[in-house]
Amino acid sequence: MANSYLEFERPIAELTSKIDDLSGMGKDSGVNIAEEVERLNGKKDKLVEQIYSKATRAQICQLSRHPDRPYILDYIPHMFDDFQELHGDRAFSDDGAIVGGLANFRGKSIVVVGHQKGRDTKEKIKRNFGMPRPEGYRKALRLFKLAERFEIPVLTFIDTAGAWPGIDAEERGQSEAIARNLQELAALKVPVICTVIGEGGSGGALAIGVGDRMYMQQFSTYSVISPEGCAAILWRDRAHADEAAEALKPTALDLQSLGLIDAIIPEPKEGAHRNIEEAAELMGDLLEKSLDELLNTPLDKLLKSRAERLRNLGAFSG
Amino acid sequence: MSWFTRLIETPKNILKSSSSDAGSPEGLWVKCPRCSEAIYNKELARNSMVCSKCNHHLRMSAQQRAELLFDADTIEQLDTELRSEDPLNFKDKKKYKDRTRDANKKAGPEDAIRNYIGDIQGRTVSASIFEFAYMGGSMGSVAGEKIVRGMEHALERGCPYILIAASGGARMQEGVLSLMQMAKTSSTVNRLNEAKLPFVCLLTDPTMGGVSASHAWLGDIIIAEPGALIGFAGPRVIQETVGQKLPEGFQRSEFLLEHGLIDAVVDRADLRDYLSTTFNHLTDRSFRQSA
Ligand SMILES: [Zn+2]
Repeated sequence: MANSYLEFERPIAELTSKIDDLSGMGKDSGVNIAEEVERLNGKKDKLVEQIYSKATRAQICQLSRHPDRPYILDYIPHMFDDFQELHGDRAFSDDGAIVGGLANFRGKSIVVVGHQKGRDTKEKIKRNFGMPRPEGYRKALRLFKLAERFEIPVLTFIDTAGAWPGIDAEERGQSEAIARNLQELAALKVPVICTVIGEGGSGGALAIGVGDRMYMQQFSTYSVISPEGCAAILWRDRAHADEAAEALKPTALDLQSLGLIDAIIPEPKEGAHRNIEEAAELMGDLLEKSLDELLNTPLDKLLKSRAERLRNLGAFSG
Repeated sequence: MSWFTRLIETPKNILKSSSSDAGSPEGLWVKCPRCSEAIYNKELARNSMVCSKCNHHLRMSAQQRAELLFDADTIEQLDTELRSEDPLNFKDKKKYKDRTRDANKKAGPEDAIRNYIGDIQGRTVSASIFEFAYMGGSMGSVAGEKIVRGMEHALERGCPYILIAASGGARMQEGVLSLMQMAKTSSTVNRLNEAKLPFVCLLTDPTMGGVSASHAWLGDIIIAEPGALIGFAGPRVIQETVGQKLPEGFQRSEFLLEHGLIDAVVDRADLRDYLSTTFNHLTDRSFRQSA
């Protein structure tokens, strides 16, 4: 499959295609080509390093929704065994924007819940662009309660532009569905680990994002509102989205400096979208360590410290 | 996706009458936003800011609501010392610091929530009341902390807790810290539930976004004032997203009632009686006493 490139990734794309062309010329063309390819690969490494380390907040926002960025269903085969997807909220329907089920994670059973965007047009529609309706959040809640009943830890993976702003969603209680999950997750009697793997889009993200640990992948974002939405309101013009991205401070580094996340999960040097195996391994290693720590914590202590973490959120004086 | 709709409008319904308006020495009339009836300001205040012609419930300040809610001379305001910081050093067209300074002048320095303890028909109740005039009632760190403290006042006293919502949602200028106030306030509801203390939410015009999708929808009883706009996403955002006409009365209190999302629509004039009866029911515990 051909890679997609963002505007600021263009120099990387150009160099990559040059390398591909040269490599394609084959072995008969002699040693000079191999040397040249090696030289260009070295140059590419430096270029990648340079471009990604200097990425602006607006560019990181683009990376977090990169068309090639892995979604939870892409990670599952790399991270989990024996995955059984469980469908539906038992009341209205099966929301494709949230997937979940039982799985084995490095020898332990877990419940996995995550947002799912679509890759091609057909799947995008099926997944509603990863924007859940109330039944999606209620499916998630059903799986959280299942996990609690059978004492299975929960891993959630956040990647949504936000909860679906639609007539149907409002009619079925979008607010109630999100609020309920926040309350229930806060007191769920099993370890809960939340990881942002793409876009953390406000309340629609938070509804599966309350737990004992909070992680963000290096090029993911988490924000109260999208830069575009913020620009439309505060600047009254969506064209100011880049400025809004700067102001909102939505990157993993920003959240770390605000003390809102426990760690940043490193990504492969060109981002998770260029090497999913490595991305899955980096994420899996950190989650395994984190889960072991939580599983060794007595439940009452776990719940107490979760409640304290939530109680202490905020910055104010007086 | 934007969920914070542009609800913060300057009220255009205040009409200064001309000097020729005999019989209005104060010279201030209010035009009802719904039926356009010109109502004498004093009459409106006497009628709890409800239009006597069409029953439209106009917006009220937190202090007005406290005075309406509690028995006279029982009201105490708490947690007045909390002030917002500027953790993001946020600046759009205007600095967040300047916005809060202006809001302090306009609506008082207590941010978007006021906490009260008072009596309702002789029963002590803790209340957190949104001040919509303060940056559209937006919830940042101070509002989140005050809601939690309001719940904690109820826990300390073993009394019911009332939340009166009027908010455009989370406060963008505090970024993801505002979002986290949803988790903070919602988690504290668990403590009220464990203590079996009644929690009533009164949703008023407007209750949107991060406020509606957290504590405001977690009450044991959820009631709304007539005609209030209540929802997750703002109507303008929904209209732009789905590209179709919104149904008549969409996201209004009566619409929510019809869709099974709230317990009742309660007129302002009936509020105190309604709450007293609810608290009587929820604290009777006749079963436990007889067991
Ligand atoms: Zn009227």
